Amino acid sequence: MDQFSTELAVEVTGPRKMITFLRGGEELFSISETVVTGWVIIIALFILIKILTHDLKVRPESKRQVLAEWFVEFFNNLVRDNMGEKMIGLAPYIATIFTFALTGSLMSVIGFRSMTVDINCTGTWALLTFILITYNKIKSNGLFGYLKGFAEPVAIITPINILSEVATPTAMALRMFGNISSGMIISTIVYAALTLLSNVFYNAVGLSFAALEYFKIFQVGVPALLSVYFDFFSSTIQSYVFIMLTMAYVGDAAGKE
Amino acid sequence: MESMTYEQTLLLAKAIVLAGQGIGAGLALIAGIGPGIGEGFAVGKAIETIGRQPEARSAATSTMFIGCAIAESTGIYGLLVGIILLFVNPFLKFLG
Repeated sequence: MDQFSTELAVEVTGPRKMITFLRGGEELFSISETVVTGWVIIIALFILIKILTHDLKVRPESKRQVLAEWFVEFFNNLVRDNMGEKMIGLAPYIATIFTFALTGSLMSVIGFRSMTVDINCTGTWALLTFILITYNKIKSNGLFGYLKGFAEPVAIITPINILSEVATPTAMALRMFGNISSGMIISTIVYAALTLLSNVFYNAVGLSFAALEYFKIFQVGVPALLSVYFDFFSSTIQSYVFIMLTMAYVGDAAGKE
Repeated sequence: MESMTYEQTLLLAKAIVLAGQGIGAGLALIAGIGPGIGEGFAVGKAIETIGRQPEARSAATSTMFIGCAIAESTGIYGLLVGIILLFVNPFLKFLG
């Protein structure tokens, strides 16, 4: 008679619904976990930035001011190196996207679901980049020049140009979503497999007390190695790639000087 | 051969769909070959650059990471198709 279940239980679903609004017993609309996590991050970052920038001095005295200045300086230099001095106004946007993407992806470390495993989230950011690209193209070429740009070098490749224009944000959204969500799925499968392994071990040894329902011996240590790659490395690289691509595309659209 | 009942036909159809999904997921992950070769090539070139110009190390490394992440995206598309085929079972719903 086996005490613990030896079924492999893995279920892959879409974004989790956290809050559901009902009207007359029917679902009116739902708020997904992504939105809730996003607001938690926004409020936490707001408080953090308020603390960091509180009571600034001309000559920095406190460590937090040095930290805040380093952060601002880092993104200013990044934008200046990649897009030139005239696009320096975009630095706050780049810093925001990077910080939001990084913290949103790293939420999986503290037990939430990452924001970026929801394609709607990465899709929104990619759409913002697409709007910026189009705005800068129209601004530097004029509306007619922008539309004419699709028919270059010859008119016959217009469909291909339109396709490549749409492919830019799609690829950006799918790249980040695919990386983080595949990492999450692999971690989930590994967790489930380790649960199974622990249960088989418990059954074989003949241990049975209630705490073992929650404590799976093989889950200690092994997932940490995966987490280093899938959570920390992947999140950082993908956030960095996202802002680098945003800067490359927008800088290209605005035209270098 | 005796004729099958409706339930048996449905079961057979489901088995065929699941087998097809498994094969499809496996084929989709062949997409991993391309990024593997491409990233290996990029890293090799980056190491060559660092060997020739050690002072360009940080620039070469960060550019290499960007290039690798971009090269990876085709593999990621294949992985997404594989994951959707394996876990979401999009074709089973056509059987009712």
